[in-house]
Amino acid sequence: MRAPLNTSSAPAEPTGPMIAMTNVSKWYGDFKVLTNCTTSVNKGEVVVVCGPSGSGKSTLIKCVNALEPFQEGQVVVDGTPVRDKRTNLPKLRARVGMVFQHFELFPHLSIAENLTLAQVMVLGRDRGAALDSGMTLLDRVGLSAHAKKFPGQLSGGQQQRVAIARALAMNPIVMLFDEPTSALDPEMVGEVLDVMVQLAREGMTMMCVTHEMGFARKVANRVIFMDKGEIVEDATKDDFFGHARSERAQNFLSKILQH
Amino acid sequence: MLANFDFSVITSSLPYLFFEGMRFTLTLTALAALGGIALGTLIAMMRLSGLPVIPLVAKTYVNLFRSLPLVLVIFWFYFLVPYLGQWVTGADRPMTVGAFTSSLVTFTLFEAAYFSEIMRAGIQSIPKGQAAAAQALGMTYWTSMRTVILPQVFRNMTPILLTQTIVLFQDTSLVYVLSITDFLGAASKVAQRDGRLVEMYLFAAVVYFAVCFVASMAVRQLQKKIAIIR
Repeated sequence: MRAPLNTSSAPAEPTGPMIAMTNVSKWYGDFKVLTNCTTSVNKGEVVVVCGPSGSGKSTLIKCVNALEPFQEGQVVVDGTPVRDKRTNLPKLRARVGMVFQHFELFPHLSIAENLTLAQVMVLGRDRGAALDSGMTLLDRVGLSAHAKKFPGQLSGGQQQRVAIARALAMNPIVMLFDEPTSALDPEMVGEVLDVMVQLAREGMTMMCVTHEMGFARKVANRVIFMDKGEIVEDATKDDFFGHARSERAQNFLSKILQH
Repeated sequence: MLANFDFSVITSSLPYLFFEGMRFTLTLTALAALGGIALGTLIAMMRLSGLPVIPLVAKTYVNLFRSLPLVLVIFWFYFLVPYLGQWVTGADRPMTVGAFTSSLVTFTLFEAAYFSEIMRAGIQSIPKGQAAAAQALGMTYWTSMRTVILPQVFRNMTPILLTQTIVLFQDTSLVYVLSITDFLGAASKVAQRDGRLVEMYLFAAVVYFAVCFVASMAVRQLQKKIAIIR
């Protein structure tokens, strides 16, 4: 058994919402991408968001740390309202870890520098301490041998594991995953999911946009199904994979599960 | 035919040509390039800022300077800046601005327009996800620009920035309109003093060519070396 990935705190008992979304709506010009989305993610909970492409899953998850602005509704992260002029967004984002579909490691910096940059620049840690925590996390995603390499020298799966470590190095209170395995070659999906499963089991609060239903079955508490910018289903994992639900979700599941 | 030419005028005037002339040219080129890149980067950031009004200001600046002939701007600044200085400081008489200062300011402002377009292209070529990742880690706009975006832009754009600097090196010869002793100015003074126009202008051409050619080769080598591994 590996040492824990989540260094921020002991596994939080699932109480109180970490993320609370109420009636979030968003438009790109006249086009409505999100319609009255209401859901919540409790502390220690793992919520998987799925749905056909263009359904607004990525947009929804990016509303949590205000990478995408939204025009109506409210998102409250650990008591902090996101759509509030007085909210210090950089400060909020520093506490919300995010992993992107295309990794987005900084290509001009070594892996070690990727892990330490934000710790030093944002959290004000000194370089030594930042490097220590960075290297600890790198070791836990199984890549400590690669600290001096540059992102371009790593495989996609390795880069994504570094990206997870980079987000964790900020000791986030919640982790957002935006299709973390969609840009990976099939043989690398497993190594990234393994890290995510470990993280989930340690009690990290997670919101994951993903098509990996195996991952959802294994660790999710709840599954949200989106279509055309609306939350169509918001059910416990067993309900979602088990019995009756909306036709659209059934349709979607039959398409992605038959292979 | 060459027998009528006296190339010894070149050797005898070498110290003057290089220590006076070339030194001025290189100093002006280096300082104007640094200033132009700094100002150009700021203008590019303004133009891409997405704030109200500010992008328009940047765009107008770039379009204005790109639409004016350089010689005209050099003249204009040289004769206008003293009066502008007088107006700003409220002094009794026009401010004294040396030819070097005047030409440095001119070239910096003028080249900034061109450098800003290079920097704008460079910033736009960085995937949007990089800025998003920096933001998601809690970085402010300035921190992400300084530590994530601009270092990549400079690395990608250094060859083009240097190529533009080579053009700037040639353009500095236009300060002859202010009777400044840059390299070409020095050559031209010797040429007229000794009546050796062909020799001196031929030599000046060879020197400009040699410097620019070698610099271009060096840029190409550098380009291979610094490319980011993706």
